[in-house]
Amino acid sequence: MYGSASTDHLPTNAPTGLENEDPILLAEFEARIARGEKIEPNDWMPALYRKQLIRMIEQHAHSEIIGSLPEGTWITRAPGFRRKMAQMAKVQDEVGHAQLLYSAAETLGKTREQMLSDLINGKSKYSNVFNYPAYTWADSNVISWLIDAGAIVNQMANAKGSYGPYCRALDRICAEEAFHLKYGHDAVVHLATGTPTQRRMIQEALNRWWAPIMTFFGPSDKMSVHTEILMRWKVKMASNDHCRQQFLDMYVPKIWEVGLTLPDPNLRKNEETGQWEFTEPDWEDFKRVINGDGPCNAERLAVRRAAEENGAWVRRALLSPKAQYVRPLA
Amino acid sequence: MSAANSDALKDLLYRLADDQLILGHRNSEWNGLGPILEEDIAFSSMAQDKLGHSLQLYLLLQGLGEAEPDTVAFTRNAPQFHCAQLVELPIGEYDFSLIRHFLFDTAELLRFELLSQSSYEPLAQVARKLKGELKYHVLHANTWIKQLGSSTEEAIDRLQGSLNFAMPYALGLFEKTGYEEALIAEGIFVGEDELKAGWIEKITVILAQTSLELPDLTTLTPVYGGRAGQHTEHLQPLLDEMAEVFRVDPTAEW
Repeated sequence: MYGSASTDHLPTNAPTGLENEDPILLAEFEARIARGEKIEPNDWMPALYRKQLIRMIEQHAHSEIIGSLPEGTWITRAPGFRRKMAQMAKVQDEVGHAQLLYSAAETLGKTREQMLSDLINGKSKYSNVFNYPAYTWADSNVISWLIDAGAIVNQMANAKGSYGPYCRALDRICAEEAFHLKYGHDAVVHLATGTPTQRRMIQEALNRWWAPIMTFFGPSDKMSVHTEILMRWKVKMASNDHCRQQFLDMYVPKIWEVGLTLPDPNLRKNEETGQWEFTEPDWEDFKRVINGDGPCNAERLAVRRAAEENGAWVRRALLSPKAQYVRPLA
Repeated sequence: MSAANSDALKDLLYRLADDQLILGHRNSEWNGLGPILEEDIAFSSMAQDKLGHSLQLYLLLQGLGEAEPDTVAFTRNAPQFHCAQLVELPIGEYDFSLIRHFLFDTAELLRFELLSQSSYEPLAQVARKLKGELKYHVLHANTWIKQLGSSTEEAIDRLQGSLNFAMPYALGLFEKTGYEEALIAEGIFVGEDELKAGWIEKITVILAQTSLELPDLTTLTPVYGGRAGQHTEHLQPLLDEMAEVFRVDPTAEW
């Protein structure tokens, strides 16, 4: 589960280091991408490409593993066998996605251990949406449906990117997320058409989650500067606003269809422009949360840190003194 | 089937099903917290299997006139549960969860192998299906016990500590109930003594391939009571948590 609400853009003044790259190799590399070829781990690539991809795939992996926490807490409380088993399988998938993605990032030369260490030390980020709490079972259902829906929009676009291992991981992830979407949709519709208590639960959860959902794809394109180069290299495949519009187009009608409302009086589709209009999300609050001051940042990282620390003896025990780190092929 | 045999059978099925449900629930608590991602995923798979196993067994109970599985699993209180105390203990750290998994699943695989010959054909059929899955749980446990149990001093110390702690509880898996003789006489189950003997043999073989030592079983007092509804202070909070959403609106379908 991953959106663009992180830092997958370059600051305008960031040095690209491209002047140090071999111009012939660089031209060849760009020509390959332009032809739609995939770049593989042992192929030549500019340092900037490697760095950006590591950052992006790593953040995606972190988002999966941190994202498993808010829903994971509802496994032990899921009501009934059917929901309990499905919730467990769903959260397990998310951890599996993390495993796939850490492997994809490792092909670029950063170890899983290093990435997890950067996560718990706050050096690398994850999707901001997981810094909000899942207060009730219904919140967990909203995440399963709409956050996964958002992630699919983003990931389907990125699956057409240029880096082979990431694209292949995303293809597999999207296939599983498609099931999550059905699971989440079923759970939300079930509550929305249930008893008055259930309907109230799901409406309140949706009200709580709407603001985080609207920021899921990251700041508006007007505010977020994507260097043209990341688009040209097919590292970033779709703009934040484009993903957000696509999501609204696909899911707002479905939400309204089951009799739920959304807490934004300005939300409507402008039939002339074909664009959705909405109240601009509070980007100052978004920045505050992404920089560590959200309702759950500290808790999420503390849980992950405890898991890493408690499990360290297992990892030490698995390391044979003769073992050498081997980078996965793809 | 006579009424007496039906009671004996239900007693057995509740013990089997409750063990699977409660340990499945406990193992699911590892989700997101495993020592490595691969173990996180493995514990989740086994937890899902265990939930599924308990469901199959509760369905057999439903066939014998008991309530449907969700009601049975989500609305009883601790004294009405027949699980051994081993399965209700908190997950602790990974060394305890791994040791419990090893001790429990070795017993479960044997139990369901024996039950696949049960005179009660519906149970024999379920047992044949379950033992195929439990084989992998045991394979998983043995692989890890052998690897970690022969690794660093730190790992060996931890595992030995957990083994010593868990063993009296594990012996509680073989607690007999008042129906033991009836179950044996009717050929429904060969009995806890035979199961326990086979289990000791299996765990001894695996532990012998590690630096771990099997505690002297003759000096240990088994922790009994679970089969009769006597539980640790850990079970009721687990059940309250499990039923939390279910109880939000008891009239609703979830």
